[in-house]
Amino acid sequence: MSVEQQTTPVRVRSIGTHLDRVDGVAKVTGRAPYAVEHGEADGVVDPLHLWLVQSTVAKGVVVDVDTESARDHPGVIAVLDHASAPRLAESDDGELAILQEPTVHFRGQIVALVLAETSEAAREGAALVNVSYDVEPHEAELREDNASYRPDSVNPDMETDTEEGDVDAAIAAADIVVEQTYRTAYEHNNPLEPHATVAWWDEEDGREILSMFDSSQGVHGVAQTLAPMLGLEVDQVRVRAPYVGGGFGSKGEAHAHVMATALAARTVRGRPVKLAVTRQQMFALTGYRTATISHVRLGAGADGRLAAIEHRVQEQSSALKEYAEQTASPTRMMYAAPHRRTSHRLALLDVAVPSWMRAPGEMPGMFAHEVAMDELAVECGLDPIELRIRNEPELDPETKKPFNNRRLLDCFRRGAERFGWSSRPAHARATQDGDWWVGTGVASATYPAMRMPGNAARVRSLGAGRYAVAIGSVDIGTGARTVLTQIAADALGVEPGAIDLAIADTRLPPASVAGGSSGTSSWGSAVVAAAQRFRADHGEHPDPGVETTASAADDPQADELAFHSFGSVFAEARVHRWTGEIRVPRLLGVYSVGRVINPTTARSQFIGGLVMGLSAGLFEESYRDARFGHMVTQDLASYHVASHADVLDIDAEWLEESDEVFTPMGSRGIGEIGIVGTAAAVANATYHATGMRVRSIPITPDRFLES
Amino acid sequence: MRTLEYLRPATPADAVRAVAEHPGARYLGGGTNLVDHLKLGIAAPELLVDVSRLPLDEVETYDDGSGAGLRVGANVRNSDLAAHPLVRSELPLVARALLAGASGQIRNQATTGGNLLQRTRCVYFQDPTTPCNKREPGSGCSAIEGYGRYNAILGASPDCVATHPSDLAVALVALDTTVVVLGADGERRVPLEELHRLPADDPSRDTRLAPEDLVTAVEIPLAGATKLSTYRKVRDRASYAFALVSVAAALHLTEGIVTDVRIAWGGVAHVPWRARRAEAALIGHALTEQAIREAVGDELRHAETSEQNAYKPPMLRRTTAHTLLQLAAQSREESR
Repeated sequence: MSVEQQTTPVRVRSIGTHLDRVDGVAKVTGRAPYAVEHGEADGVVDPLHLWLVQSTVAKGVVVDVDTESARDHPGVIAVLDHASAPRLAESDDGELAILQEPTVHFRGQIVALVLAETSEAAREGAALVNVSYDVEPHEAELREDNASYRPDSVNPDMETDTEEGDVDAAIAAADIVVEQTYRTAYEHNNPLEPHATVAWWDEEDGREILSMFDSSQGVHGVAQTLAPMLGLEVDQVRVRAPYVGGGFGSKGEAHAHVMATALAARTVRGRPVKLAVTRQQMFALTGYRTATISHVRLGAGADGRLAAIEHRVQEQSSALKEYAEQTASPTRMMYAAPHRRTSHRLALLDVAVPSWMRAPGEMPGMFAHEVAMDELAVECGLDPIELRIRNEPELDPETKKPFNNRRLLDCFRRGAERFGWSSRPAHARATQDGDWWVGTGVASATYPAMRMPGNAARVRSLGAGRYAVAIGSVDIGTGARTVLTQIAADALGVEPGAIDLAIADTRLPPASVAGGSSGTSSWGSAVVAAAQRFRADHGEHPDPGVETTASAADDPQADELAFHSFGSVFAEARVHRWTGEIRVPRLLGVYSVGRVINPTTARSQFIGGLVMGLSAGLFEESYRDARFGHMVTQDLASYHVASHADVLDIDAEWLEESDEVFTPMGSRGIGEIGIVGTAAAVANATYHATGMRVRSIPITPDRFLES
Repeated sequence: MRTLEYLRPATPADAVRAVAEHPGARYLGGGTNLVDHLKLGIAAPELLVDVSRLPLDEVETYDDGSGAGLRVGANVRNSDLAAHPLVRSELPLVARALLAGASGQIRNQATTGGNLLQRTRCVYFQDPTTPCNKREPGSGCSAIEGYGRYNAILGASPDCVATHPSDLAVALVALDTTVVVLGADGERRVPLEELHRLPADDPSRDTRLAPEDLVTAVEIPLAGATKLSTYRKVRDRASYAFALVSVAAALHLTEGIVTDVRIAWGGVAHVPWRARRAEAALIGHALTEQAIREAVGDELRHAETSEQNAYKPPMLRRTTAHTLLQLAAQSREESR
């Protein structure tokens, strides 16, 4: 049984040190099994292979699924379609309720499943399934004139619109107004490991049990989502994800392929079913970031002090399942201004279902807001850092609560010093090096600090000073396994080597998703709670076998403060004056994120975020052909992510600090802030280099051709 | 699964015979293009004739009476060719073009012959759920009104706007390279410039070769101009991307006047595009930015663009000018 424990700050010993990844050797020697690699040792005996048949129309009704030649193909065991697939107990979630009806909601939707003895036979079988449709007209294009639907809330549960004061009057009275539209592209998460699921059904004590290995950011979430749909209790679904090759949000929730594997396995009871989603399928089935259109108006005095901030967002979701990216949310708390307005409007399209992608909301929203701030600095004749100093709020402009630890300006000061900002020419297009225009730019970064409810951890004495620590959280490659070991060690007052950590299994105490930069804070607090409670209950010399399961009680102070992390991003850009090619020779992020648990893994997280932000700024764009309704750039040859050659002198550092109000470890969360503001810093640097302002990403060479 | 036959002939003649006798057979070289197509379901040969182990991997000089040259076997790997001392010293644009292409892993695998014979590139060709005249003749061209960033601006047709993706081919076509072909009737030599074809009303064919024609070597003349040469590729990211546009150029100046110039473009057409009209316009003139822009404009007089590839003519003008002016500066440096 789990108890609630009020935590106290941990005495730090291993926390803050460079402990090598505890699973590093297993990973680099290939012994760490990823979802689809599980074999007999893990109960995956004689598996069948699944292939997805996807809709080739964007909207309509399936009128016939001709499965004959597929079923005749050697090795094919079965073909499931909307008529033959097992029924679901609940089908409210349109994305997951696959094969329950003949309706087609988007191109690429799962319309049939093929089970076969080999992956190759399943794939060929899928190619032989002939699906006929009654086609209906579809709408798949986001435009300013069709994004007018007002959602009830935006992700995760924020206000759709906010308004304070009189924005229009303040803009009318302002000395200086920046009024521009900014756009970000559709982006796909594209973790290195494609999504994959292994599932099998059997019985345990007379009850049906669905067991899964799933490449997931949160095993408990998968079980909680699937169980009611399958008519099961949550404890009848066991999900494990011992090793996951990245997710960036796309594995934060179960997508349709997970349900497909569970349904297919149900029809071949006892035999495991394996599904490896292909890279191409990931462009239709595993989530993506919506394109965004941000209409921004800033009204300021001649001194740059903001009187009004308006950020109206237009974006899209799927008519099948609503997901409203909270693009204007950072605008609500970033800078002081008495008059403020934000809004979000959607186009509900006949398209694949969007979802979380690293820093949903903050990433596209801060691109718009931070380029607008750069434009305001230019209009006011102010250094962009000075502009931000002048607009630093005393309280959170949104909630009017004090910030717990807002050190944005410290991040700028430290970054400016390291980057050599003081020698920057005030004017754009001032520096040429050979055939390259050279410029620098900055942007702010921010991300809310979140601690999720629903976490518990278990500590058990193994004797001889060793402890088993368990929590169901997933390490998606960030280093969670390592930092939780460090946290457990310090909370118990032992060496990291004395900790046997078990994670990523729904049979362990519950853990929230590895998302929202909340993992270490949420799980770590639970581990500390369990350790402190364990010591209180069992002392320093516990008998082998005694154990405690506990969750962290909420901090009573938590409601009185606004918890956010902050950062500054500095970029140097070079733009070739003949060809328009863009290079970013220097990129630096300085962050205030509370205490860093492990500098090695943290640095990877920050730098990974910076690279992904650079990549979004210059390369990443999924092109949807609205005539067909799907993304036609659906592989890594046509969807460009930054290559090694694009990532040059890149570094991240952080302020030495500890936020013990937020967590007993003093940490806040670091997974997402690196991507926030980075594209804006790059865009602002290309402006400073060339004097040409680009207001949409990706920023490509053709934008800088002057003739 | 779909089964196919696999054959590894002992000699080039055996290979040609095998393909000639078997409609639906395809040669397999390094496999970096064809194997992708097998996986995507856009190529379905019944027989693969693996020519990758035929002894066609020599790089040697030759002199055929009209001048010296370098003969490169069709199986020479891209990475080996780029590193070859003679290529590095005598044909720098070939080395640069090779190293601008693909990735290190792919260059280790891809062959000289296969590089020239890779299919044109277009996202719709790769996606069997969309119409594509190249993949399915008569089904229509999705790219004309669709994703057009990489679409051709020269020599396209209402049936196809795809571009040839090879960097090597652009460099070689600038150098008057000849392709040695073994066919059903024996060996013949084809100018590289005539190997590829424009799509016209049959985009399904990228080259003028018959199915059984086997490229065994390429012969690159070592003419005077080629030493002062380079390859400039413009792409979105710094590595591992197809060209937005590319320029292969070689230049010979005599007292500041252009006496020999070669210009070829990538990323603009269904073929590696030799800009002969631009070359002709420059011969006998001083090499100024204005002269280059006018010459390129002349070559582009029939260029057709849409919104998404409208950037290509200006990018091509600027990149060609930059490339040639750099060579001219190098020439002045060397003659100093």
